[in-house]
Amino acid sequence: MRVSIDGDRCQGHGRCFNLAPDVFGFDDLGNGVVLVESAEDERTIRLARLAQVNCPEHAISVDD
Amino acid sequence: MTDESVSDFAVDWDHTDPRWVHDPYPIWEDLRGRCPVAHTERYGGAWFPATHAGVSAVATDTEHFTSRTVVIGNGRPTEEAPPAPIGVAPPITSDPPFHQIARRLVLPVFAPGPVRDLEPMVRALCGRLLDALAGQREVNAATQYAQFIPPAVIIRMLGFPEADEELFREFVHVVLEGVNHPVEERIEEFAPIEAYLDAQIEDHRANPRDDLTSYLLGVEVAGQRLSIEHVRGTMVLVLIAGIDTTWSAIGASLWHLASHPDDLARLVAEPDLMPIAVEEFLRYYAPVTMARLVKDDVDFLGCPMKRDDWILLGFPAANRDPSVFPDADRFIIDRLENRHLAFGLGIHRCAGSNLARMELRVAIEEFIKRYPKFELIDADAVTWSQGQVRGPRHLPIRVG
Repeated sequence: MRVSIDGDRCQGHGRCFNLAPDVFGFDDLGNGVVLVESAEDERTIRLARLAQVNCPEHAISVDD
Repeated sequence: MTDESVSDFAVDWDHTDPRWVHDPYPIWEDLRGRCPVAHTERYGGAWFPATHAGVSAVATDTEHFTSRTVVIGNGRPTEEAPPAPIGVAPPITSDPPFHQIARRLVLPVFAPGPVRDLEPMVRALCGRLLDALAGQREVNAATQYAQFIPPAVIIRMLGFPEADEELFREFVHVVLEGVNHPVEERIEEFAPIEAYLDAQIEDHRANPRDDLTSYLLGVEVAGQRLSIEHVRGTMVLVLIAGIDTTWSAIGASLWHLASHPDDLARLVAEPDLMPIAVEEFLRYYAPVTMARLVKDDVDFLGCPMKRDDWILLGFPAANRDPSVFPDADRFIIDRLENRHLAFGLGIHRCAGSNLARMELRVAIEEFIKRYPKFELIDADAVTWSQGQVRGPRHLPIRVG
């Protein structure tokens, strides 16, 4: 699984790093940053997908 | 005109109508089913998209809509509305490209790191407020608890005297709930606010310190200090946007828990649920609606919009759209998929959202830790604010 954030879409709602702080962090402006870009364990995949379906800007991609 | 009661919200809506103030959700559901963009001749002409798609389309379109004034006034905007792109309270009233400059200045102040540093202070404040209620069986959760939390935080950030909290709440009330006052009256109402801020600016110029006011006075963009209008405008923004909004979110969440014992019991039993629950509180009781102005005549969402028509962005209405949120009218405390728009969408996403979310979470955590059981005393006694920020202003509950 690979996780990415589209920086042009991200507006810093902070939903990803609040719901999945082990997978996402933030920069100085509060925009989301991917901490774990790829993983195969179930927990990380679940958290990445949780963040994805909570991003109001549809900025997060999670690919198998 | 606004004294006349509304007969049909589809063609004559008014967000200050008592029915809208008391319970807007059935009105919005009705509009979604048959409009879905409502119109009114009130306020000089205004539109209200009731769907998620409509709200999103306007919120993300800075080509056809300006943020130069985001609170609906008594009529069409006139000379008293400062021109784009700066507006009266940057960055919320700013348009691109200036918007990004103004926004980048304030984002680091409200980023997750600095907000995290404030959490112990907020927790201690909530504890003190609850200590003061010890021994009372009946408590007004709006006026004895929720109301005190955001002003204390904002005062500390701006570096104003702590004794001025009460004054702050009065300022916010003037700005947000006086939308129907005549323009002359509004200008008069604003004068004490400007005088207060000018005195604070003078004091910070003479005695710079480590706070947001001194930061705004000292920060440079392309080698230039900010204009005094910009500094004052951003202070107004922090004051207005940071107090009533969060107070409303805390109050509405406590109102929910006071009237839904199952959700209260679950949150007490499962503290790990809090991050998810907070987002459902924000979706279900999103307190804020923001306005835009139409830049030039345009057909948009199938509506013949005219230059300087208002558009009220009903983020709370978008959050109840069943085409995006399954069971949209049900509060689901463990809702896992929740792309709510409580903090807006696009480039004007609430700059203080990290702070607001932290205050909301801590305020609820501390309240339910102290009172694992509480209930409404009289549902009919609860009153809600009028204007573009919605929350309970009177919330009598029985605790213990």
